[in-house]
Amino acid sequence: MPRNIIDVTDLTVEEIDQLIATAEDIIANPVKYQDACAHKQLATLFFEPSTRTRLSFESAMLALGGSVLGFSSANSSSTAKGETVGDTVHTVSCYADIIAMRHPKEGAPFAASQVSEVPIINAGDGGHNHPTQTLTDLLTIHREKGRLDNFTIGFCGDLKFGRTVHSLVNALSRYENINFVLISPLELKLPRYVKEEALKKKGIPYTQTTDLESVIPQLDILYMTRVQKERFFNEEDYLRLKDSYILTPEKLESAKADLSILHPLPRVNEISVAVDKDPRATYWKQVKNGKYIRMALILKLLGIEV
Amino acid sequence: MNIDSIQNGIVLDHIQAGKSMDIYKYLHLDELDCSVAIIKNVRSGRMGKKDIIKIDSPMEVDFDVLGYIDSNITVNVIRNGKRVEKKHLELPKKLVNVIHCKNPRCITVSESQLDAIFVLSDAEKHTYRCAYCDTAIDKKF
Repeated sequence: MPRNIIDVTDLTVEEIDQLIATAEDIIANPVKYQDACAHKQLATLFFEPSTRTRLSFESAMLALGGSVLGFSSANSSSTAKGETVGDTVHTVSCYADIIAMRHPKEGAPFAASQVSEVPIINAGDGGHNHPTQTLTDLLTIHREKGRLDNFTIGFCGDLKFGRTVHSLVNALSRYENINFVLISPLELKLPRYVKEEALKKKGIPYTQTTDLESVIPQLDILYMTRVQKERFFNEEDYLRLKDSYILTPEKLESAKADLSILHPLPRVNEISVAVDKDPRATYWKQVKNGKYIRMALILKLLGIEV
Repeated sequence: MNIDSIQNGIVLDHIQAGKSMDIYKYLHLDELDCSVAIIKNVRSGRMGKKDIIKIDSPMEVDFDVLGYIDSNITVNVIRNGKRVEKKHLELPKKLVNVIHCKNPRCITVSESQLDAIFVLSDAEKHTYRCAYCDTAIDKKF
């Protein structure tokens, strides 16, 4: 059975450290890797729209000398004819060497992994998981702070449906001495199962609050998220909650000088554009890091050593 | 009240009082042609009251289903009128097509041909999680 990455915890801490080391080497020596995946094909199966993740995967494979095929919406696949996820993926696994898939239904990549003949990478499944964003976040934190332990991180916004938050909380819970501060409206708190599994069971302390400004001075990292319209069944709830938190230069006045502001993007208006000029804004670097860590992951899953 | 003892079959003992009909349903005992006796509210030194089911035919019992419903049940295998085996159940680590995910966003809800797989995540609280979407289901029996 091929190796799949459905959840970030499918990787051990040691494997994540190796991926980060490979990504760092790719950043330092891109030429060394430019033909590493020659004659290999990556299929990007995006049953839900995406700009960053799909292009990041495709850019990663092209930078490794491989090629890409796939589709960018369910309407342009046989899903529109009623084909199951399993059958679509089984078919594509006959053409490609590795598959990155995004699907609006939670658990779809796990279902795909049961029938695929090639490695499956979960590129986001509904509000559930998004492991390659988490790897991107870990690489970014590592590059900014030089470590993945001993800091205070605040997660702010939609912590209920924010799959990037769930995955990152899970991943960071395996490192030492991290203080979690969970900032959200009451309706969008981190789900019980994430708190139970990632934090409570391991005895990791965390704080929950609705007030960003009161906790901002203690943070080393601030992970902002968008309130996602597509996750709400009821538009009224979305409209009421969408502007719960807007990060502005004024709010950052009391923050630490070496704070790193991350955001998985796309943003709507939860980070004011004026913040982009602040040296603490790290989210554009994060986008770039996403390509490098995906390159490292593709190499690992294809078993290619450079 | 007299119930004939069975010659070849299975006796499910120490069922929590009132739960025998759930077991009857989940083990599909209604599909059997043989005699099946459901004895409710039997006096028990250990349990106060208990239910017992006697099945007068050798059959394959789904221990996962039984263990999920009530892991305190004991299974007695009877051959030629004598007990030849007594099994104590455990809470199963994995359940396949026993319970179904209630998360409307889960792929198993929209694609019902997929096996409904649940994994035990907390034995103390009897909590199972959907292998696809991680939604927790606390034991409902």
